[in-house]
Amino acid sequence: MKNKLVFLADVRTNFFSYLLALPAILFTLIFGYCTIPYMIIAFQKYNFRKGLLGSEFVGFKNFEFFFKSNDIVQVIVNTIKLNFLFIGFTTLLALVISVLLNELSQNWMRKFFQSSFLFPYFMSWVVISYMLYSLLSYDHGLINNVLEWAGLKPLSFYTESKYWTAILVMMKMWKDFGLNVIIYLAVITGFDTEIYEAARIDGANRWQVCTRITTPLLMTTVSILTIIAIGKIFYGDFGMIYALVGDNGVLYETTDVIDTFMFRTLRTVGNPSQAMAVGLFQAIMGFILVCGTNYIVKKRFREGALF
Amino acid sequence: MSLKRIVSANSLMWLVIAAVSLLCLLPLLLILMISFTDEAEIVRHGYSFFPGKLSLEAYSLLFKSGKQMFNSYGITIFVTVVGTAAATLITGMASFAISNPSVRNRDKLAMYFFIPMVFSGGMVPWYMINRAIGLTDNILALIIPTLLFSPFNLFLVRNYMRELPISLIESAKLDGANDVTIAFKIFFPLSMPILATVALFYSIGYWNDWWNAIMLVSDINLYPVQYFLMKLKSEASMLKNMQSMAGGGAFKPQESLQMATAIITIGPIILLYPFLQRFFVKGLVVGSVKG
Repeated sequence: MKNKLVFLADVRTNFFSYLLALPAILFTLIFGYCTIPYMIIAFQKYNFRKGLLGSEFVGFKNFEFFFKSNDIVQVIVNTIKLNFLFIGFTTLLALVISVLLNELSQNWMRKFFQSSFLFPYFMSWVVISYMLYSLLSYDHGLINNVLEWAGLKPLSFYTESKYWTAILVMMKMWKDFGLNVIIYLAVITGFDTEIYEAARIDGANRWQVCTRITTPLLMTTVSILTIIAIGKIFYGDFGMIYALVGDNGVLYETTDVIDTFMFRTLRTVGNPSQAMAVGLFQAIMGFILVCGTNYIVKKRFREGALF
Repeated sequence: MSLKRIVSANSLMWLVIAAVSLLCLLPLLLILMISFTDEAEIVRHGYSFFPGKLSLEAYSLLFKSGKQMFNSYGITIFVTVVGTAAATLITGMASFAISNPSVRNRDKLAMYFFIPMVFSGGMVPWYMINRAIGLTDNILALIIPTLLFSPFNLFLVRNYMRELPISLIESAKLDGANDVTIAFKIFFPLSMPILATVALFYSIGYWNDWWNAIMLVSDINLYPVQYFLMKLKSEASMLKNMQSMAGGGAFKPQESLQMATAIITIGPIILLYPFLQRFFVKGLVVGSVKG
């Protein structure tokens, strides 16, 4: 009661501030908080006409479908495996490139390279799917042209799922590593220059500066970003997978992730209750992981925790 | 250490960086070359960086019969301009509220914005809420859901505004200004660098979006360019429509036409790129140093 009065008094004295925040508050209410009651449709046989309150409850039946289907293990494994590979390879490439780039003394060259690394980040996955097609297409693709020229048999990328883990990892690296390079370079500029001077006076060469000073100092940032990324490991990149793979069922074995599976269950199969069961599982696992990883960051690095 | 070793280490470093940089740009160059390649040449020899015969036919066909494409282009421009302006305004205003020290519950308010980032119902409830409030098959469905407000950007602006001197607010209040005046006349002009960065994030989000379209829009006249491009690959009829005005050559542009469309959708990003990336890098540096 008292809290409520204090809150109301605050709203009254700062009425205009709250007014300014109102659009954002409403947006968050509608698209954030209002999604939570809808989670109960995971326990219903949802009917669009009867709505949230009128639909029949069926207990855990939707989860049974989800956990008993053969696809689901595959889908969860794909999601986690791909995310781990994405995080690992993107971080590694970004780390190497930013440490090397930091050693370049010509400023304009650094700027040029930095811009070219960031370029793919601005491309949409749809455009990237066109680029990928121009490389992989069976009839005209650049890779098959080269193979043919070398006297080898062309590869049919779009019908063989075994290539796609590698393809997806490479495309993700290609799009995202530039962003990480920028972040790492920003962090490197913040380092104490005295350390570098001291190392030079002690006769350290470039390689030693890279491996013994820059890389270890970057590790805090790398760890924090990695741990945060691991918190999101149950979320597949729908935009990426759907744009690159689409409805090509032949490739699902290695490419289907929780989010694309959920999308199909909702839109193609048309079963919102089963889709929600998947979504609820994802939300809960995601929440546990975010809290867990945040706890680790808080304990080990203090500064980097989200909350 | 010998001079030779230093030189070779240095050149190796250069080589690695230059190779990676080249790999970042080559795919764009490839689709650009394909869009200018003669269709018969593609059928005979496949895609190449150095096509035997160049042609402008794909582009001329695109400008002749690409009515649907230009309609999508218009939709995307409208959505990007209106959406970015609204989103930046909403974010700036809310950031002011959670960085105004006289608001006692500002941290609780910040928490209110943060919680759904960690836990929410996801895709299915999101879809149903949009249906329930009528955000389907209209232009607002492309502007409001998902893209209009991002808590991530909110915290970026908040971190910047928190560093502004409190005395500004106090002295303005003594002069009788209310919070709205303070926000618009003092805080927003001083936060221009970060607001510009956030506007850039939002505009890229709008330009590249097709999620809202695939979920909420079925009317072809409302397709944004990205979704149009996606459909151009998956639905043969769309390509046929565009090809229908082609001349009587043996091969109507098909692959080159698709690639030309892709090039046109990224045109503005390429043209604005030097400007885009400067603001982007600046904003990220500010964000990562202060956040």
